[in-house]
Amino acid sequence: MARMKFYCDSERCIECNGCVTACKNANEVPWGINRRRVVTIKDGQPGERSISVACMHCSDAPCQAVCPVNCFVTTPDGIVLHNKDTCIGCGYCFYACPFGAPQFPTDGAFSSRGKMDKCTFCAGGPEEADNSPEEFRKYGSNRIAEGKLPLCAEMCSTKALLAGDASVVSDIYRQRVVNRAASALLGGSGLQQTGFQPSVAGTGVTSVPPESGKATAEPTGMPADDVPPSTQVPAPLQ
Amino acid sequence: MKLTKISGQTGTVTTATPAIKSVTRREFLQTSSLMAGGSLLATGLSTGMMRKAQAADAAKPAAANTKIARTICSHCSVGCGIIAEVQNGVWTKQEPAFDHPFNLGGHCAKGAAIREHGHGERRLKYPMKLVDGKWKKLSWDEAINEVGDKLLQIREQSGPDSVYWLGSAKHSNEQAYLYRKMASLWGTNNVDHQARICHSTTVAGVANTWGYGAMTNSYNDIHNAKAIFMIGANSAEAHPVALQHILKAKEENHAPMIVVDPRFTRTAAHATQYIRIRPGTDVPFIWGMLYHIFANGWEDKEFIRQRVYGMEEIKAEVAKWTPAEVENVTGASEAVVKRAAQTMAQYRPGTVIWCMGGTQHTIGNNNTRAYCILQLALGNMGVSGGGTNIFRGHDNVQGATDFGVTSDSLPGYYGIEEGAWKHWAKVWDVDFEWLKGRFEAGKYEKGKDKDGNEIEIGVMNTKGIPVSRWIDGVLEDKANVAQKDNIRAMIMWGHAPNSQTRGTEMKKAFEKLDMLVIVDPFPTVSAVMSERKDGVYLLPATTQFETYGSVTASNRSVQWRDQVIEPLFESKPDHSIMYLLTKKLGFDKEMFKNISVKGEEPLIEDVTREFNRGMWTVGYTGQSPERLKQHQQNWGTFDYTSLRANGGACDGEFYGLPWPCWGTPEMKHPGTANLYDTRLTVAEGGLNFRANFGVERNGVNLLAEDSWSKGAEIQDGYPEFTADLLKKLGWWDDLTEAEKAAAEGKNWKNDLSGGIQRVVIKHGCAPFGNAKARAIVWTFPDPVPIHREPLYTSRRDLIEKYPTYEDRKSFWRLPTRYKSVQTPDHAKDYPMILTSGRLVEYEGGGDETRSNPWLAELQQHMFVEINPRDANNAGLKEGDDVWVEGAEGGKIKVKALVTERVAPGVAFTPFHFGGVFQGKDLRDKYPEGSDPYVLGEACNTAFTYGYDSVTAMQETKCSLCRITKA
Repeated sequence: MARMKFYCDSERCIECNGCVTACKNANEVPWGINRRRVVTIKDGQPGERSISVACMHCSDAPCQAVCPVNCFVTTPDGIVLHNKDTCIGCGYCFYACPFGAPQFPTDGAFSSRGKMDKCTFCAGGPEEADNSPEEFRKYGSNRIAEGKLPLCAEMCSTKALLAGDASVVSDIYRQRVVNRAASALLGGSGLQQTGFQPSVAGTGVTSVPPESGKATAEPTGMPADDVPPSTQVPAPLQ
Repeated sequence: MKLTKISGQTGTVTTATPAIKSVTRREFLQTSSLMAGGSLLATGLSTGMMRKAQAADAAKPAAANTKIARTICSHCSVGCGIIAEVQNGVWTKQEPAFDHPFNLGGHCAKGAAIREHGHGERRLKYPMKLVDGKWKKLSWDEAINEVGDKLLQIREQSGPDSVYWLGSAKHSNEQAYLYRKMASLWGTNNVDHQARICHSTTVAGVANTWGYGAMTNSYNDIHNAKAIFMIGANSAEAHPVALQHILKAKEENHAPMIVVDPRFTRTAAHATQYIRIRPGTDVPFIWGMLYHIFANGWEDKEFIRQRVYGMEEIKAEVAKWTPAEVENVTGASEAVVKRAAQTMAQYRPGTVIWCMGGTQHTIGNNNTRAYCILQLALGNMGVSGGGTNIFRGHDNVQGATDFGVTSDSLPGYYGIEEGAWKHWAKVWDVDFEWLKGRFEAGKYEKGKDKDGNEIEIGVMNTKGIPVSRWIDGVLEDKANVAQKDNIRAMIMWGHAPNSQTRGTEMKKAFEKLDMLVIVDPFPTVSAVMSERKDGVYLLPATTQFETYGSVTASNRSVQWRDQVIEPLFESKPDHSIMYLLTKKLGFDKEMFKNISVKGEEPLIEDVTREFNRGMWTVGYTGQSPERLKQHQQNWGTFDYTSLRANGGACDGEFYGLPWPCWGTPEMKHPGTANLYDTRLTVAEGGLNFRANFGVERNGVNLLAEDSWSKGAEIQDGYPEFTADLLKKLGWWDDLTEAEKAAAEGKNWKNDLSGGIQRVVIKHGCAPFGNAKARAIVWTFPDPVPIHREPLYTSRRDLIEKYPTYEDRKSFWRLPTRYKSVQTPDHAKDYPMILTSGRLVEYEGGGDETRSNPWLAELQQHMFVEINPRDANNAGLKEGDDVWVEGAEGGKIKVKALVTERVAPGVAFTPFHFGGVFQGKDLRDKYPEGSDPYVLGEACNTAFTYGYDSVTAMQETKCSLCRITKA
């Protein structure tokens, strides 16, 4: 069973807002509702860093704990969903949420009469049949049911925002951190030039200058670490 | 959360618009409300509501009516791949192209919102014309007839040069090529596009340094860089996916990332060293770095000996730029400049990246050449991980430049000399004399022949008016314009006027025109800027998602786009509109002689094949439609770093066959991923610097010495290849009989059989010769790049030492002022430096992106960034409405954004806004339902005069202004 999580790498996030519009694209979220936003600290000053924030799909979700009508559910893969038919739009979850994730449409978005809206991890809603028009109207797309991950992370320009099973996300991030440290330890310059490039028969490519090919002495390259998570997760849902 | 109510914006929106009542630019959200929640409340899960989840079925076959299209983002030049899912003709989903080698599925805000194009609710929906100040719907027939009749009337009265054909970097390659052809067959060089105002100084400066004026390596090749040097480039906003590649090098190579910019940009936020310079002082800064490089002997002496001409003269100029003088002019201290120089010397190969911060200056061509010289001195050229990685702007600005949508060249940089016209006349299969007869018969300008005798230059061989100056072509006294009459009709075919300076004069120019024709998916600011009551036509064009064809990314890779959806509303693709118009104007037969036309749509593949037959200079000859489609279908087989296919259908080829892709398609050249790399054979994509400037100068050899591309049979420098040279070398008989017949008396550029290129490459040589790069361009106003103060400078004390140019009587057909602008002291009334740049959410003039609600919501206000010190001195607070008044009196009313991003004394404005003019909202002037969601003042209303001394690039990076509370 998976435990779905987001992770945003502040060394990579460039505040390009790709995740924000990807969310609009996937879920057709109306104007004024932002399930995901990029938050920047020290804006315009040395030390400026950004991260993308949405519902964190807490394992022990405070919103769920305080909801007076018990509209929240946690799916077996750890995604926190809420039922808009049950939700009364009281906003208590807004108090509880440490991340400001709940959004409150003002004009009947999703026909929800001001009920709460938030990131669904692109998993649609709790009740309706997957990818039914009704589900899309109320909650947006259900990519998880199609074996895909949230579009925000899938479309992140610099692969800063990761989504998927927490164990896979942390593997990717660990590799990245080790790679950063390794390149620092090796001073960078030696790292890629020691590679051995075998000649490839039939292409006329017999001696690629070491810089131009992918060197083999690169144990944790970005391509590996950036295998689109959707090919790895989600774990099968029973 | 700091919510700001926006008044007066929802009232005029007429269709089913989401009400605009949200937050302002996120920078105004000072307290990050998302983090402002309470403490975590720990309780148990209510597990009782867990649902039974469905088994994922990723392999579920798509419904029978679902079509998958592969296309390319139409915003910036990175060329990100897109997977579009279409159901019953509706673009229902956009999926990440994880295996696309440029972006691995990643997108910025614009790319991730591209599917909104399929909605197009704010599009221009049918042909319209302005009648008595009101927009009236027309049929296409009526529109083409009325526009055509008027064009023919103007031609009759004032000659073909009185019609200006403003093309676009948003065209596909095929459309761009047809556009230049159309203007040529109409009989004018008054044709241009946005490259003039984005990278024209790059193209001129870089091509004149070593041969081709394009990005030398690729975004992906930055993975190999050991150091990254960015100057005047805010790629985190302008080319966000480029940061995927830059940060990879930074992380995996531990590559230092140096960002030089007047503004602490979001790119600078990720730098290892950020250096703030005064706007317009790029040359002194680079010379300041070279000062340390030369002083310490860090230059690559062997590389310079073999492959660079004129470095001694550069050294002499650099010697003047002592650390003290550099600090005085640029503001960067000796320690800072030396550290940057040392970093670049220590970590090789390093890449140099620049964008519009370097190009848009009166000395833009000096800046671009200085950057090149830095790389030449370091020996970083022709090497993977090095190079000058010049990020072009629009998705196809590289292609549109290559296809000569410029007032000084035919497709392929052939120029406009007689030989060039004859070459293209042959490719087009039209009679040269007929073509010549299409032009004005008189002569406009005098020039000199090869022996220095004064001669009159034919109109066909006279550079046209550049787009940066079209307003002067309209407004200038007829007696001062070097053509028969002023410009009387403007055809703005995919162009945002608000991206151009001198807005107040532009408004007058719009009003003086006899006719204004706007061909665009959106009405654009051109439709609303002036007080015209009639004589304006709007013709709805499609986006690139409603047609298909090829597009050239910044790295010279040519990518094929599928059609995603059918044209929306009554819009037509550009090439169909060109067909209708040329038919009306009476030269469709010549224009489409070898291009089949189905109904009213010319066949795109035929156009590709036609330019394949003519584009020998830059190697657009090997990219047949079949090969391009094969690359598109197999984009997942190309290596993420080298771009070379490793196995599969395109084995050994580089993705998109980056030009030059030499010879005929049958020759199967793999394309050239990194220019001038001598460690590969030419057949594998290797090259050396081009021999384009002669073989010797003042007795000094201009050809390469002891350097050649791998496998070259001539192991030294050599000139460009001609039929005669082949004969001398004894290679002539390698040509087939058919090739011999075609190649006789020809050279590598105009042998339509491709035989010369084939044989030369077979012998391991580069068709364009093997020469040194030249550090001094003796044909330019400043052969050695030197510093000159901006026309509007606040450093009056430096003018005497670094003056601008003398005024010119006729430059690109127009009087052009330099010294007379610089001489009066503007700084006393306008003390702040004004500069401009991009936002990630918007592209260009923004008509398209401000009409996309997913993007528009994120940037709802035009603003000016000012330093807290200046704000306090002027009594301004964050969010205040302020007037920014430019030094020529144009003023804009915008929001103040108080930030240390800019230095004291410097103000920054984004340039994507339009639809508000000097405080007046123009929303009610748009045709109903096609007003963009967000309007705002165009910063260029306040920007001022100033043009590059070679290309007439506009100056938008340093002007002067004053800011007062509104």
